[in-house]
Amino acid sequence: MTAAPTTLNRPARKNPTKNLLKTRELGIVLALALLIAYTAIDNSRFLSGQSIRDNLLNTAILAVMATGQAIVVITRNIDLSVGSVLGISAFTVATMMSSNPGLPMIVAILVGLAVGAVAGLVNGVLVRFGKVPALVVTLGTLYIYRGITYSWAGGSQVNADELPRHFLTFANDSLLGIPWLVLIALVVVGAGSLMMRNYKVGRELYAMGSSPAAAELAGIKVARNLLTAFVLSGALAGLAGVLYAARFGTVDAAAGSGYELNVVAAVVVGGVAVFGGSGTVWGAALGALLLTVIGSALAVLDINQFWQQAIVGALIILAICADRLVAVRIARSLRKRDAHV
Amino acid sequence: MAEANARPENQPAQPESPPARPETGPASSADANRTPTDRPARPKNQPARPETDPASSADAHRTPTDRPAQPENQPARPETDPASSADANRTPTDRPAQPTDSPAQATGRHQPTDSPAQTTSQHQQPTDGPAQTMGRPQQPTEHAPNQLTQAEHNERAAGSKRATGQDAQTARLEVVEVSKSFGAVAAVQGVSFALYPGEAHALVGENGAGKSTIVKMLAGVHRPDTGTLRVDGSDVDFAGPGDAKAAGIAVIYQEPTLFPDLSVAENIAMGNQPLTRTRQIDRKQMHATAERLFRRLGVPLDPTRPARGLSIADQQLVEIAKALSSEARVLIMDEPTAALSAVEVERLFAVVRSLRDEGAAIMFISHRFEEITALCERVTIMRDGRHVATELVADLSVDDMIRRMVGRDLSALFPKQQVTPGETVLEVEGLSREGIFRDISFSVRAGEIVALAGLVGAGRSEVMQAVFGVDPYDRGTVKVHGRRLRKGDPRSAMAAGMALVPEDRRQQGLVMDLSIERNVTLPRARKLARLGLLFGGTERAAAETWTRKLQTKLGRLSDAVGTLSGGNQQKVVLAKWLATGPKLLIVDEPTRGIDVGTKAEVHRLMSSLAADGLAVVMVSSELPEVLGMADRIIVLREGRVTAELTRAEATEESVMYAAMGQEVAA
Amino acid sequence: MSDTLTKSATPTRTGKGNLRSKLTGWDTIIGVLTVLVLIIASFAVDNFGTSRNFTFMVLDLLPIILIALPMTMIIVTGEIDLSVASTLGLTSSMMGWLWNQGLSIETIIPLCVVIGAVCGVVNGFLITGLGLPSLAVTIGTLALYRGLAFVVLGDGAVADFPWNYTGWVTGTLGGGAVPNVLILIVVLALIFGIVQHATPFGRSLYAIGANAQAAHFSGIRVARTKFWLYVVSGAIAGLVGVLWTLRYSSARADNGSGLELAVVAAVLLGGVSIFGGKGSLPGVLAGVVLLTALQNALRLEDVSGQALNIVTGSLLVLSVLLPNITTAVRGNWHRRRLRQAAR
Repeated sequence: MTAAPTTLNRPARKNPTKNLLKTRELGIVLALALLIAYTAIDNSRFLSGQSIRDNLLNTAILAVMATGQAIVVITRNIDLSVGSVLGISAFTVATMMSSNPGLPMIVAILVGLAVGAVAGLVNGVLVRFGKVPALVVTLGTLYIYRGITYSWAGGSQVNADELPRHFLTFANDSLLGIPWLVLIALVVVGAGSLMMRNYKVGRELYAMGSSPAAAELAGIKVARNLLTAFVLSGALAGLAGVLYAARFGTVDAAAGSGYELNVVAAVVVGGVAVFGGSGTVWGAALGALLLTVIGSALAVLDINQFWQQAIVGALIILAICADRLVAVRIARSLRKRDAHV
Repeated sequence: MAEANARPENQPAQPESPPARPETGPASSADANRTPTDRPARPKNQPARPETDPASSADAHRTPTDRPAQPENQPARPETDPASSADANRTPTDRPAQPTDSPAQATGRHQPTDSPAQTTSQHQQPTDGPAQTMGRPQQPTEHAPNQLTQAEHNERAAGSKRATGQDAQTARLEVVEVSKSFGAVAAVQGVSFALYPGEAHALVGENGAGKSTIVKMLAGVHRPDTGTLRVDGSDVDFAGPGDAKAAGIAVIYQEPTLFPDLSVAENIAMGNQPLTRTRQIDRKQMHATAERLFRRLGVPLDPTRPARGLSIADQQLVEIAKALSSEARVLIMDEPTAALSAVEVERLFAVVRSLRDEGAAIMFISHRFEEITALCERVTIMRDGRHVATELVADLSVDDMIRRMVGRDLSALFPKQQVTPGETVLEVEGLSREGIFRDISFSVRAGEIVALAGLVGAGRSEVMQAVFGVDPYDRGTVKVHGRRLRKGDPRSAMAAGMALVPEDRRQQGLVMDLSIERNVTLPRARKLARLGLLFGGTERAAAETWTRKLQTKLGRLSDAVGTLSGGNQQKVVLAKWLATGPKLLIVDEPTRGIDVGTKAEVHRLMSSLAADGLAVVMVSSELPEVLGMADRIIVLREGRVTAELTRAEATEESVMYAAMGQEVAA
Repeated sequence: MSDTLTKSATPTRTGKGNLRSKLTGWDTIIGVLTVLVLIIASFAVDNFGTSRNFTFMVLDLLPIILIALPMTMIIVTGEIDLSVASTLGLTSSMMGWLWNQGLSIETIIPLCVVIGAVCGVVNGFLITGLGLPSLAVTIGTLALYRGLAFVVLGDGAVADFPWNYTGWVTGTLGGGAVPNVLILIVVLALIFGIVQHATPFGRSLYAIGANAQAAHFSGIRVARTKFWLYVVSGAIAGLVGVLWTLRYSSARADNGSGLELAVVAAVLLGGVSIFGGKGSLPGVLAGVVLLTALQNALRLEDVSGQALNIVTGSLLVLSVLLPNITTAVRGNWHRRRLRQAAR
């Protein structure tokens, strides 16, 4: 009585969902192309070398953070503390460089990574071993890390003239015409994408986000993987702090306030599902690029700069609407395919 | 009552019986729940705990007058049975107590070969072929001869070990005096049994007997509170499912545990993906492996498609492929066949048998006894978290198994009362929903029980959910007492006197975290409110009335409903809806996943409700239930009505024919 | 029904265990903690117990506590609304803009509440109409509404609101010790408390949060219920926007920036489960008071406002962490006892 014999007669068919999902990143690329084309027609300066360079430099910091955030969101968690981690890392590194001007750049980067990794580890431990939801933990540490930075810095700030030259020029120096900042972002996004797509740990992170209960049952080392994700997110936010200090030169305790919103926006616009399990790191990076380009396009198109935040908000909503639409269409096509009526 | 007299001798002989058994005796839950009329009939039986003496559990709960009437139901005396794991796990010091039992019980025996001496000698003589195969009534024909011998050898070795209590062959997996409790609820208490290489071992028991807890302990999900697990003779302590997996234990859970966003092939490979030299995942090989497994199972699935959207049967097949891919030495299957068709079940069994013959130990949990007899050699029976008996399947009739699971006799099943139907209550006309069902028309009259039968996926539940308004529909009308209901609005259906006891108790029927009283009063909180306000007392009183009427076993009404057993949860769902005073009751799989005793209660309740003039629509996958309870049967196939049968016309064949369409005839 | 098969129902027990679990419940702990903080602070911190400081504290409390009322219901249903502070900012901006257009304050105030409600309608439609996840939607509208606030008013400010209105918000009842806004808080808290804890609507919120499907199968209109919660949440945020503007006598686009985090922190601190289905309003009220009193006391002790973030954040994490640790420790103890008994 409980048989479903129809499954036997059905030939294996290629699934219809694959192509639909592929269009997600394609959609961002398309939107980006349209936006750039429209803006460039209005003002050709938008395609000048300097403009492109600025856009890429502005994207770099966001893309680095979006990589970490995408990994965390794919595991069905969220890291709202990244803005505060950027702040604490930027201030630490800036203070260190101003008092030890001789230190090479690589030390600054390593220190930034380490500070972020520790912050991320605290998040991860609280989420996994304290069994506190990530939203709550990182909301808490958003306050805590920012509070630590404030009580350390007080009202003081590190100015550009206190920082060593080689630290400041790092932001603008380039290798083979590509600025270091952009190069670092590319490496981070590339490595993140590769890890998530082709390595065991990456697939396990997807599995954990897709079905946390099944991941436990499958014997996946959930604790280790979750810590990895949070440490990565923290470390990349820490790296972003170093890049921030190098690029802007002036660092105070408020550095990176509210960045978490932009990072989450980039990830969501980039097609990472807030409930985990799907999306890609490079999609999130594309999301970061799109948000940045919109900002600069507004300036070029001479639109009230105050519109930018509203547009970001509208874009987030549009992105999740689009995802929902795709999901509904997939469900309908699966239903039709399996239906016999 | 000779056996009752023999028991006092038996008890001191078990020094290492778990100390966690103070409940032994009259205070035990099974006894406490017996109605007073039962008690005088067997006063001396009460001190005897079935699990301390697996042999006589059936007798322990039988009234003396029963016994002469059913001697043929107990052809094998368990305490002499070499296969009993209780014996196997007992130290030699236990043994002297047993012979004292046997003379008294031998009277019920019809197989002269079954005396202790003979059994022991059987297992010591490898040449004694026929006796060995009795544990495997349906020896599959496709086995190569050498495999067969190997299997026989295993069986024999295992058997001799069991008979002598010596380690002739180490158990692949051994559960020793294991206990586990969740909060105040003792899910498993002092359970012991062993799985041997090359054997398929059934684990049976009512829902709530502790089977799933055992499975989860073996899978490393739960850690036993006390007791030990042994793999290949050495103690193991699983810190998590990964450890169990590493020890070669693969588990197929009752509910599929797939990753919906990942491809089918990734789901299968998760945990031991093939890697390239750069330690990247070898997708090509992963897909090839999946395809190979699917061919072996005969499933036409595309390995690259995501698991999202697979039918339950397909999901279960992917689960099975997953377990096969890990090349497990112990395969544990928790009701793997619930969603499979007969053909798929047969194919699964063929694969499982070949695994078994390659030396894997199989543990199989099922409620379908015909599957147990088809697949397993031995069976372990559990009740109320305790071990009742471990026996050769061939030695037990289905009645024996049920009796030991339940711990008492079942009175007549399906107490259907004859009722003259009254006026028409429900009229459904031309109901259609694209891709789900089409042109469904039927009516139900007061006092009638109408069953919707069909295969899983035929659209029965979906039709009734649309009728009740929790699902939408595209075309058609639903009328109650001639008045048309608003589409997709359960409130309108409830106002018209409709009630739906849904298929999925955990997801649809109850809010598990909410208290019992809140659950019972949820659909009619509005009616209970005075001036729009609700006070605790009102809800409690209403809930108390109904849970008492249905004789629900509960602690406090303020306890979360999730703390109750499955059967009592179902009673809470019934209470919740009967409290609304319905004229039409829709019950979807009313007895799924509840124990045999409660099942009978639910049937009786339905019957008496119908006799009181309630119109009842029952969706059920259990043919005996459909045939036993329904006045009329409407059969659905692939979303359409294929037959409407009266009680007189309905037979197993006619219903199945209508449910399967031409496929049966062909 | 009555034969040998039926199990006799055990009589219903009530009382002891129930009381004990209530006493060790989180909202009781947080309540006791709040009272302790208030008592200690009024002895140890200069000026804490003064009526002037009390008025300030109530004014600080006002936005968080009012927004927390509907937020508690929303989180109990398993959803979240992060856009409240932006709604506040938008209504504040609109208030300034409308005032500049020459509308009377009596027209503007109800209009602003309506604007807030409209913001809620948009959230509610996206979440219940289209079935989008509330976290993502309200992060989106958080940016959207705040952006619109800036579009409306830029980074300027409007300050010349009539004195009798701004005075009422900061004033006390008849010049005494009871701030005017406290009455508003008490009335609204009572209404929300009764609705949440003693009406069928309130019951349905918990059912929805714990299992939306089962709630639907019980005839509860899940989507409609959630929709109205968002509308109410928006309207209250609009009202708070008005009060905020009047309190500081300044309509700015960035008013209330980041307040959503403080509100969510207070609600979770009050023992509401972020997963829905659990929590009580008294607990939340205690949580809000605790948070505000602590901040107020530390500020009087000259601890910098930003460093207070550490306290807020720690309390938030601890509010969820501590109960978890207690459960784990209790479980371990139980297991150890079993093992010892087995030996």
